[in-house]
Amino acid sequence: MPEVQVRKKVLMVEEIFHEGGPIADKPQRRAAILAVIRNPYAGSYVEKIEPFMDDLKPLGLEMARALVAALGGDSKVVEGYGKGAIVGSAGELEHGALWHVPGGYAMREILGGAKAIVASTKKVGGPGTRLDLPITHINASYVRSHFDAMEVGINDAPRADEIVLALVMTTGPRVHARVGGLRANEIKGEDGLR
Amino acid sequence: MKAKIRKIATFVEETSMEMGRKVDPPTRRAAAVAVIENPYAGQYVEDLSELMSIGEELGELLTQRAVAALGIEGAYAESYGKAAAVGENGELEHAAAILHPKLGTPVRRVLGKGAALIPSSKKRGGLGVVLDIPLGHKDAAFVRSHFDGMEVRISDAPRAHEIMVAIAVTDSGRPLARVGGLSKDQIKGEDGLR
Repeated sequence: MPEVQVRKKVLMVEEIFHEGGPIADKPQRRAAILAVIRNPYAGSYVEKIEPFMDDLKPLGLEMARALVAALGGDSKVVEGYGKGAIVGSAGELEHGALWHVPGGYAMREILGGAKAIVASTKKVGGPGTRLDLPITHINASYVRSHFDAMEVGINDAPRADEIVLALVMTTGPRVHARVGGLRANEIKGEDGLR
Repeated sequence: MKAKIRKIATFVEETSMEMGRKVDPPTRRAAAVAVIENPYAGQYVEDLSELMSIGEELGELLTQRAVAALGIEGAYAESYGKAAAVGENGELEHAAAILHPKLGTPVRRVLGKGAALIPSSKKRGGLGVVLDIPLGHKDAAFVRSHFDGMEVRISDAPRAHEIMVAIAVTDSGRPLARVGGLSKDQIKGEDGLR
């Protein structure tokens, strides 16, 4: 069982008061956390990689808890989420896919069983690579006001034999959301979509 | 056509080797990107319906271009995604107006089906900004082999009064996908999820 070796973590928080329109009563906040880990499969083709998903579960939970803490400590304020990964150049895109299960289910667990699929993206890249983490509502993917994204990146990661793992949470809709569609107060909450 | 288009760019990627292994058949993905004038640049406008109509036009046009770039019938597309980048004199909500209310219907018409949510990302940025278009299977969002993303950028866009609108389509999942989960041959295709 490969050990999860973390070299670095980065936490980013944004607070958005307005975007040219009325100043929000409650500013929207976004938080992203990034962990730079060693890629145990860097440099060679390994067929059986699935077990590493279990190894990543504690890290996923730790990162999800850190995001809730960064947003004030109450998981009830979290309304949107997303995740992503950047694999260093000695790895392959498939190594980033290992993050889907431990990253996604960690956030759902910490948020008390969020129902919607966790939006995600991934890529292979060098140090300084930027990633746009897609964000959707935690209980209903179709809530239009919560479709969002947050750009993240670390100037010195990922090195060739590393992976940057990322989670993001938000506290509300886009600051001037007004393009209609399903609203957060109309969620049925049965299928994770509406 | 309501959209004032300055430029359309098309990108195709074909991956035939990964970590020394042959990818057979190669995985392929295409993105079509339009650079349009932002009718609301420089001012706060409450009603964004013109951009919603522009989204409808671009949904059809860009999906046709992307499918054509792959050289396939729309029905053979496997995953999709959409994204937009707003120039510095616009607001994030302009991207939302293009992407969310009306763009999806013509995309699905061109592709024959599309029961799943179209994953999306958006941002505001300057010339040369990078867009990561998230990708997911078009009929079942949980197909793990098709969680992916495609990076696009245009060096001279978006100018301050412009918006870049992108649609990506694939005929395959990730190269050498092997992290388990729902596979495409297990799709029921009823709820857009599985």
